[in-house]
Amino acid sequence: MSSTTTAAADTIDHELHSHGDTHGHGSKRSYLIGFGLSAVLTAIPFWLVMAAPLANPGLTAALVIGAAVAQILVHTICFLHVNTQGEGGWTLVAYLFTGVILVITIAGSLWIMYHLNSNMMPGMMTGQVSTSP
Amino acid sequence: MADAIDSQARQEAEASTTFHLAEDDHGHGESSPVLLGFWIYLMSDALIFAALFATYGVLSTSYAGGPAPRDIFELELVALNTAILLVSSITYGFGMLAMEAGKARSVQLWLLVTGLLGAAFVSVEVYEFGKLIAEGATPQRSGFLSGFFTLVATHGLHVTFGIIWIVIMMVQVGQRGLIPENKRRLMCLSMFWHFLDVIWIGVFTFVYLLGMLR
Repeated sequence: MSSTTTAAADTIDHELHSHGDTHGHGSKRSYLIGFGLSAVLTAIPFWLVMAAPLANPGLTAALVIGAAVAQILVHTICFLHVNTQGEGGWTLVAYLFTGVILVITIAGSLWIMYHLNSNMMPGMMTGQVSTSP
Repeated sequence: MADAIDSQARQEAEASTTFHLAEDDHGHGESSPVLLGFWIYLMSDALIFAALFATYGVLSTSYAGGPAPRDIFELELVALNTAILLVSSITYGFGMLAMEAGKARSVQLWLLVTGLLGAAFVSVEVYEFGKLIAEGATPQRSGFLSGFFTLVATHGLHVTFGIIWIVIMMVQVGQRGLIPENKRRLMCLSMFWHFLDVIWIGVFTFVYLLGMLR
């Protein structure tokens, strides 16, 4: 019994390691690079908002969002190890598909509700379309 | 009965051995479906967060005469929590490296460190929530606060379940060592934990930092 269990275990082990080097497999180097980049990409937006070195809030917001997008990519590559080879590329395809749906859901909701709010302003009652947000 | 199970196990072992021998002929084949399946689950979980982010985004300026982000958020606490979660990501990574090296004791130690960091994260968040509620900034105060508590608490709940899973894996590795099943589970947990850190990037950017700029 025990010998067959070990044999079965060996084959599963073989299965996990022989192919499609997919998740959780990273070198120490990739983890350290990911950690270093993430630390920098976290420190920059917090510094931009807390110390407020830029007078323009619009530019600050754009830089903060840019740092977040960059950090999400760093985490995806260095920590989640998403690449073109994993699971025959299906990990990457699912990831990209989710990204598209995510952007449509969030940006679409904000866009629609912003316009709805603009057009429901009291200005509507007098026949004028409000331009204030 | 035992014979039946034994022969069944033998058959399965033989079947899978044959499968792998055949597979070695052409190199690439199917990998464990569990990891891809778990990845698909994480992607669907990301869509839950997409809906919550969208809801928060729509409600984020509906203060109903209540407090605005600038009045209630403390970026020092958020920076602390971000640092804790980021460090816990790399400690879990070191745990995975220990797993690759076959060091069960080391894996348990890294899991313990990661779990404690996760617990610290949840504690800081609970402290923050308690403070907000004591100030009167409760979820029912305004649309902004409803969206805020729903989004951030859903993430916090995910981290809490991640901690429970970490504890379970520490026990599993302690009882059975680094058997293939445990390695597979640790890989799934690895994806889960890193995924939560990615969601947190969205939370601290869109909720806290951009909220303070408004």
